[in-house]
Amino acid sequence: MNRLEKRLREKRAAGGKILLPFLTGGYPDMETFIGLLLELERVGADGVEVGLPFSDPAADGPVIQASSQVAIERGASLTSIFEAVATARSRGLTIPLLYMTYYNPVFHLGAEEFSKCAVKSGADGVLVVDLPPEEAAEFAPAAREAGLDTIFLVAPTTPEERMDKVTRESSGFLYCVSVTGVTGEKKPVVEMVGDLVKRIRPHTDLPVLIGFGVSTGEGAAELAKVSDGVIVGSALLSSLGDERGDEAVKRGGDFIAGIRKALD
Amino acid sequence: MTIRGETGRFGPFGGQYVAEVLMPVLSELEEAFAAVLEDEGFWDEYHRILREYVGRPNPLTFAANLTRMAGGCEIYLKREDLNHTGAHKINNTIGQVLLATRMGKKRVIAETGAGQHGVATATAAALFGCQCAVFMGEEDVRRQAPNVERMRLLGAEVVPVTSGSRTLKDAMNEAMRHWVSHVDNTFYVIGSAAGPHPYPVMVREFQRVIGDEIKAQSLERFGKLPDCVLACIGGGSNAIGAFASFLDDEVKLVAVEASGEGLETGRHAAAIAGGQVGVLHGQKSYLLQDCNGQVLEAHSISAGLDYPGVGPQIAELARTGRIEVLTATDEDALAGFHLLTRTEGIIPALESAHALARAVDVAKTLPKEAKLVVNLSGRGDKDLATVLAFEKKGGAA
Ligand SMILES: Cc1ncc(COP(=O)(O)O)c(C=O)c1O
Repeated sequence: MNRLEKRLREKRAAGGKILLPFLTGGYPDMETFIGLLLELERVGADGVEVGLPFSDPAADGPVIQASSQVAIERGASLTSIFEAVATARSRGLTIPLLYMTYYNPVFHLGAEEFSKCAVKSGADGVLVVDLPPEEAAEFAPAAREAGLDTIFLVAPTTPEERMDKVTRESSGFLYCVSVTGVTGEKKPVVEMVGDLVKRIRPHTDLPVLIGFGVSTGEGAAELAKVSDGVIVGSALLSSLGDERGDEAVKRGGDFIAGIRKALD
Repeated sequence: MTIRGETGRFGPFGGQYVAEVLMPVLSELEEAFAAVLEDEGFWDEYHRILREYVGRPNPLTFAANLTRMAGGCEIYLKREDLNHTGAHKINNTIGQVLLATRMGKKRVIAETGAGQHGVATATAAALFGCQCAVFMGEEDVRRQAPNVERMRLLGAEVVPVTSGSRTLKDAMNEAMRHWVSHVDNTFYVIGSAAGPHPYPVMVREFQRVIGDEIKAQSLERFGKLPDCVLACIGGGSNAIGAFASFLDDEVKLVAVEASGEGLETGRHAAAIAGGQVGVLHGQKSYLLQDCNGQVLEAHSISAGLDYPGVGPQIAELARTGRIEVLTATDEDALAGFHLLTRTEGIIPALESAHALARAVDVAKTLPKEAKLVVNLSGRGDKDLATVLAFEKKGGAA
């Protein structure tokens, strides 16, 4: 078991709720991104999800789309984000980190090469949004071989008979999508998400985290009650406004500190 | 789940590269389509509509003047331009919207580039009494204003897409996002033989009427199969529709990609000739992309070919050499456009003009008595403004 799954299980065993913020790699710029990674750890994030921006983020809402486009325009690439993460590690980032991306950039680099580089940069896991278990054979084994946890999604539309298929491929944690939609748009209904988590539990004892549409401390606390924790992406990126540098780092840190407080 | 033994894999291409939310939705679609494939009543109704409403079968026209001018084999035109709404796209939208109503979905959405697929979807939606929303890149809304008005007249909501490059690929991203958020009541009508399984199989089956008719018309007229069938490729639906009946026959099959301002300029839409294998919009296929795996914008004078990918079955037929893939530039297409207009009195769509441009060359390589069929996928009324603007500028679309 690697750092990601180990830390999340420890947190759960200690009775705490897991908080996993999402940042778009290289957004709003590379130096601010590194600052944000360190700040998130300082204010109590249990891990961090780093989006590797893709030109065609078909599963993302407007906020992550826009941040991806800005990051790419400002020169972010897999290589430069890997380097930035390695830099953050060298400056003291210790919380587990996973990459979230789409399959084309991964496929383009090659499953083995991608996994090797990701591990070398200091990552512990990977989630490829448009790679369901049915298509994962040419990637997931290579990722696990390299030492990455492979995270997959369960959605409200996932029927009972697919649950095992998804959980079998999963390590690290299970990503429970709170709404039938894209990131950051719809508000999840707590009872429905709770029912979905209940459907997932018999299939796995991995920590179950809820993502998509978690935007306030209050909402996060409600969702954390029916799960092991939450993933906060679009709302965190929005909290940065148009700031870069120290002000952006402070805003992101304050926002996540607020969610942390609501969860504890 | 398979559809008559097909898994949606074509060699290394195809698949279902979509977010988890859509996997069960695709399974439902697959089941529904597999069921109607065996349902004679469904196909009776589909063919009745194609006959009475679309105007099929459309003719196979001998292009005598063009043949003489080209100085090669006999050139025939498969007249998809004579279909209601003016292109082959309607064959597919009638099929998919009919399927949507069978599945109890009262709302359909579509992506469109040139607006031809959007108009065809809006038309089918009007016919079947469905709600319709069409996603169209802001750039294309501007370029294709008459089709935007047609869609609105037909009762469709046209949603301008402002993300990414604001063209067809972004319209498709937005349609997929919208679909994910409205899966329970909404059917996504994809406009080419592309996207996640079962779309490439399904769209081929709804377009194969083109090739089935070419085959029957050739047998009746020539007493034999044609020697060559030639079509343009954007996503590949008119091409696979024209080719499907001939895959096991000794018929030369030629597809023409849009090479825009030239392959060497990087400003083109030739995914096979100038792309690499990649994953976009739920499928693995050839894809225009940069060294970081970011998808590149395509460039073509014809909005309908302005797409950075190509359907997976066409990709596999190209990889294995069953089809020959040629390219035509913007200028070639314009030459083809004028050539057909002047020699035959038929104004072709700029998409189809790419096929015509290469047909003249291919005809020269075949024996005089050989029969070459060009799929005239659409008519060119929609392109008049583009052609005039291009000529005024003296180049550069
Ligand atoms: C007339 C016409 N031909 C061809 C195409 C290209 O699409 P496909 O390759 O799917 O046939 C289009 C697309 O809009 C079109 O309108």
